[in-house]
Amino acid sequence: MSNTHAHAHIVTPVSTYVTVFVMLLILTGITYWVATHDFGALNTPIALGVALFKASLVVIYFMGVRYNTPLTKVVVVAGFFWLLIMFGLTMGDYVSRAWLGVPGR
Amino acid sequence: MASHDGTLHGAPAAAQAAGHAEHGAHHPRLQHHFHSMDQQLEASTLGMWVFLVTEVMFFGGLFMCYILYRYWYPDAWVAGSNHLDVTLGALNTAVLIFSSLTMALAVRSAQVGSWTGQVVNLVLTIVLGSTFLVVKYFEYAAKFRTGPGHEQGTLVPGPTFDPTLPKAEQLFFSLYFIMTGIHAAHMVVGIGIMLVMLAWAWKGRFSPEYYAPVEVSGLYWHFVDIVWIFLFPLLYLLGAHFGGGAAH
Repeated sequence: MSNTHAHAHIVTPVSTYVTVFVMLLILTGITYWVATHDFGALNTPIALGVALFKASLVVIYFMGVRYNTPLTKVVVVAGFFWLLIMFGLTMGDYVSRAWLGVPGR
Repeated sequence: MASHDGTLHGAPAAAQAAGHAEHGAHHPRLQHHFHSMDQQLEASTLGMWVFLVTEVMFFGGLFMCYILYRYWYPDAWVAGSNHLDVTLGALNTAVLIFSSLTMALAVRSAQVGSWTGQVVNLVLTIVLGSTFLVVKYFEYAAKFRTGPGHEQGTLVPGPTFDPTLPKAEQLFFSLYFIMTGIHAAHMVVGIGIMLVMLAWAWKGRFSPEYYAPVEVSGLYWHFVDIVWIFLFPLLYLLGAHFGGGAAH
């Protein structure tokens, strides 16, 4: 092996992975605690917010997207962004159908 | 990408050709259409992410279905959620998060060239993934159960479904079984992939220079974990504050 510049790869320390793991467990506990208390209309937004934060931790640290190229990052973000477009446009349709009193709702 | 060094037909190519003659100027796992090991890993990672985006869309359609029917039948959704076992759901969440840690550590072990680390962490990942499926089996079995305590019927959509429950709750359980079932199928595939990775790691195939297969398999594994991170609160916890947690 003549060109052994292979250690240019950034290796994440074990402590970082363990910290993320502990944070994910704590956040799961928070999700559970929030679910067993009544926050009215806010229960689902809080649960989704915590889930999004957990997913971001997994994507950024466990999946190592923070060390990926800008192209890969754009693909990752675009994937989830398109998901939001689907949710947004579809629910925008269903939620607003009754407003105009259009038959065949 | 390799734009900083894109002269494939320039001097580096000549140097590579020279290296070919004397064998070993480049890594044996470097495929000929790639310029460097880094570029090869980047291409693998990008390719896996493109696949995972299609998976996001695949599960996204089911989540879309979930959102719409929950919007139409909020009461049935709360009732259905209260029929799920929150304790087992939470246990499985912890099991999957733990398996994601061991997965990340397996990739890291390959990066630092630790044979023991790869083997131990891949075995742990497989064991934890299997644990998830075993817990899931007991959960499913409880939903299918008939007999004492379940005289009214099952929680499986169809003719045996408990007729005393709201009719729309069948929709909740249809989505519950489809979403968790497809998620479990992904787990089975993931365990199969990890068995292959374990065999390759055992043979010492991976090194700090070449670990792309275990890296992209890890991406898949973490993605399946992420799906569960959303399934757990949306299915198990949405009605918890109405019914006081695990019921049934």
